[in-house]
Amino acid sequence: MSAPTLASAPAGQDGVLARLGALCRTTAFKLSLAYLLVFAAFAFFALGYVAWNARRVLDDQIVSTIEAEINGLSDQYASGGIRRLVGVVERRSREPGASLYLVTTPAGEHVVGNVEALPPGVLNEPGQTETAYGRGTDGDRLDHRAIVRIFTLPGGFRLLVGRDVEERDRLRAVIGRAFGWSLMLVVGLGFLGSWFIAQRVLKRVDHMTEITRGIMAGDLDGRLTLAGTGDELDRLASNLNAMLDRIGELMRGMREVSDNIAHDLKTPLTRLRNKADAALRAGSDPDSLRAALEANIEESDNLIRVFNALLMIARLEAGNAREGLAEFDAGAVAREVAELYEAVAEERGVGLRTEVEDGLVLHGSRELIGQAMANLIDNALKYGALKCGSDARDAGGGASVVCVTARREDGSVVLSVADRGEGIPEAERGRVLERFVRLETARSRPGFGLGLSLVNAVARLHQGSFSLDDNAPGLRATLRLPALRGPSA
Amino acid sequence: MPDMRLLIIEDDREASAYLSKAFREAGHVADTADDGLDGYALAREGGYDVLVVDRMLPKLDGLSLIRSLREQGVETPVLILSALGQVDDRVKGLKAGGDDYLPKPYAFSELMARIEVLARRRGGSSGAEVTSYRVGDLELDRLSHRVTRAGQEIPLQPREFRLLEYLMRHAGQVVTRTMLLEHVWDYHFDPQTNVIDVHVSRLRAKVDKGFDRPMIHTVRGAGYMVRAGGET
Repeated sequence: MSAPTLASAPAGQDGVLARLGALCRTTAFKLSLAYLLVFAAFAFFALGYVAWNARRVLDDQIVSTIEAEINGLSDQYASGGIRRLVGVVERRSREPGASLYLVTTPAGEHVVGNVEALPPGVLNEPGQTETAYGRGTDGDRLDHRAIVRIFTLPGGFRLLVGRDVEERDRLRAVIGRAFGWSLMLVVGLGFLGSWFIAQRVLKRVDHMTEITRGIMAGDLDGRLTLAGTGDELDRLASNLNAMLDRIGELMRGMREVSDNIAHDLKTPLTRLRNKADAALRAGSDPDSLRAALEANIEESDNLIRVFNALLMIARLEAGNAREGLAEFDAGAVAREVAELYEAVAEERGVGLRTEVEDGLVLHGSRELIGQAMANLIDNALKYGALKCGSDARDAGGGASVVCVTARREDGSVVLSVADRGEGIPEAERGRVLERFVRLETARSRPGFGLGLSLVNAVARLHQGSFSLDDNAPGLRATLRLPALRGPSA
Repeated sequence: MPDMRLLIIEDDREASAYLSKAFREAGHVADTADDGLDGYALAREGGYDVLVVDRMLPKLDGLSLIRSLREQGVETPVLILSALGQVDDRVKGLKAGGDDYLPKPYAFSELMARIEVLARRRGGSSGAEVTSYRVGDLELDRLSHRVTRAGQEIPLQPREFRLLEYLMRHAGQVVTRTMLLEHVWDYHFDPQTNVIDVHVSRLRAKVDKGFDRPMIHTVRGAGYMVRAGGET
C-alpha cells in the first residue's frame, strides 16, 4: 500500500514542475526575459563606460599635476641648483597631502624625498609609469601604488615626482560595487516582473483554454469572459466570441435545413414504402403489382430529383462550382429556354412573350443560367397562370401572359420572368427562397420547393442577385448578373 | 442493335451484377471488371462495342483509365457513370475522352438507349456526313432543310426540324427525353415538366397527321423512337 503514497509525492512535484514549465514556455515570460537581457546588457555597457571615463579623467588630472610639479621643480633647479631643489623637495614632502617626491644621485642613491622604496629598475626608465612604492612610515614594503614621472636633471641627478592613486582605486571599487548591485537588481526585478506578467497571462489563457475545452465538449453556448481592459487578449477573446456566435448561427441554419430535409425526404419515402406495402397486401394480380412497381419507380425518381437539386444547391452555395465557367450569351439562353417552354405554355393557354437584347455576354455557366431560367419560367407557368389561366379559358384564351425579358442595365445583365398570376405576398418573398418552403397555394401542386432556392444559389455563384417583386398584378422574378462587356461587344 | 459486347467497369458488385443481368436479358454479352487496372487490361484487348466506366474506381480512377486507353489508340466508345452529376464533372469526363456521361442514379432504359446510340455510332456511318435520312415514306434532307412524307412537304420550325433530324438519325433506337434535351437544345439539366413531350407531340401532329401508320412512337418508360410501321 505504500507504493501509491510514495508515488504521489513525486507526482505533486511533477505537477509543480509542469506548472513551472508551462510558465517558462509562455510568450510573456520569454518576451520579458528577452527584454531583461537587453536591459542588463545596456546597464552593463552604460556603467562600464562611466567607470572607464571617470578613471581616465582622474588619470589625466594626476598626470597634469605631476607635469606642473616637475616644471616647477626644474625651474627651481635651473635657478638654484641641486641644493635649492633638495630644499624645496624636503619642504614639500612634509606638507600634508603632499605628492610623492624623490631625488637620487646619478647612481640611484636616496638624497631626499618621501618615497622610501621602489621596485628595482624603475629609476632607470625616464618618463611616466605606474608603479608600486613604499612610504617613509612603512619601511621597504611596496604596498602603495602611484603614477610617477622620472626626470633626469642636467647634472645626472634624478627627480621622481608622483601621485598616489589610492583615491582613484577607491572610486573604482565604489563604481564596481554599484555595478554589481545594479546588475543584480536589474536581473532580480526583471525576473520577478516577467514571472508576474507570465503568471497573469497564463492565468487568463488557462481560463480561455478551459472555456474553449468546454465548448468543444458540447457546451456551445459558452463564451469567453472579457477582463474589460481592452488589451490584446480581450480583443482576441471578443473575436473568438464573435466567431462562436457566427458558428452557432450557421449550426442552427444547418440544423434547420437538415430537419427540413429529414422531413421532406421522409414524407415521400414513407409514401413509397406504403405504396409497396399496400401492393403486396392487395394480392398477386400481376397487373396491379406492375402498376404499383411503376408508381414506386416514379416516386423514387422524384426522390432522386430532390436529392440532385439539394446537392446542386449545396455545391453552388459552397462556391466550388466556380471552375468550368465560361463566356456565353445570356440573351441566347433566355431565348432558347423560353422557346423550350413555349410549347407547354401554348398547351396551357398562356402566352409566352420574349424581349431579348443582343450581346448580353456573361461570364458563368450557361447550363446553370439555363436551369435557373427554366425554373423561373416553369414556376410562372405553374403558378402565374393559376387564376388568369382559368379566366383566360373563360374569355376564350390568350389573356394570360408570361413575359421573359433579357436586357442590359448599368453594367448588369437583367433576366426577368414576369407573370400575371396571384404573385407572392411581400412578407413571404424572402422565405420562398429557402429550401423546401412552399406556399399554401402551391401545396396541392407537384413540386419540392427547391426551384427558387436553386435560382438564388445560381445568382450568388455568379456574384449577382435574385429578387422577387410585385408585377401588379403577378410576380416579377429578376436575376441581376454582372455583365462582362460594354454594349459594343 | 442486337448482340453487343459490353464491358462494365464498376467496383460496386451489386450494381455491376444488376447491369450485366439486365444487359444479358436484352440479348447482349456483358463482361465485368471490379477495378480500374483489370478494366484497363480487358478494354485494351478490345472486341467491345461499348465500355461502361464508373468514375470512381479503385487502383485506377475512371478518367485516368479512359485517358490511358485513348493514348493507346483504343477508340471503343465509353459511357461514364458517375455519382457526380454536376455540369463541370460532365465536361471533365468528356474532355478525358468519354463519349457520354450519365449521372447516378439512372434509369436502365436511359442507359440502354445511350449505349445503343454509342454502339451504332461506332458500327455505322462514321465516314462521310449523311445528307439525308429516310424512314419508310418519311424523308429529311439536311441540306435543303426539307421534310417530305409520301412526297408531300411538311413545313417545320427550325427546332422541330432538328428534333426530327435527331430522331431519324437514331431511327429504330430508343431516344430518351434527356438525350433530346442534350442534343437538340444542348442543355443538360432536368426540365422537370413535360416540355420535351409537348414538343414531340407537336412534331408528331405535323408528321403523323393524316397518315395511317405513325412514325414517331412513344416507348413507355423510356422515350421515343422513329420507326416505319408498327401499330403503336
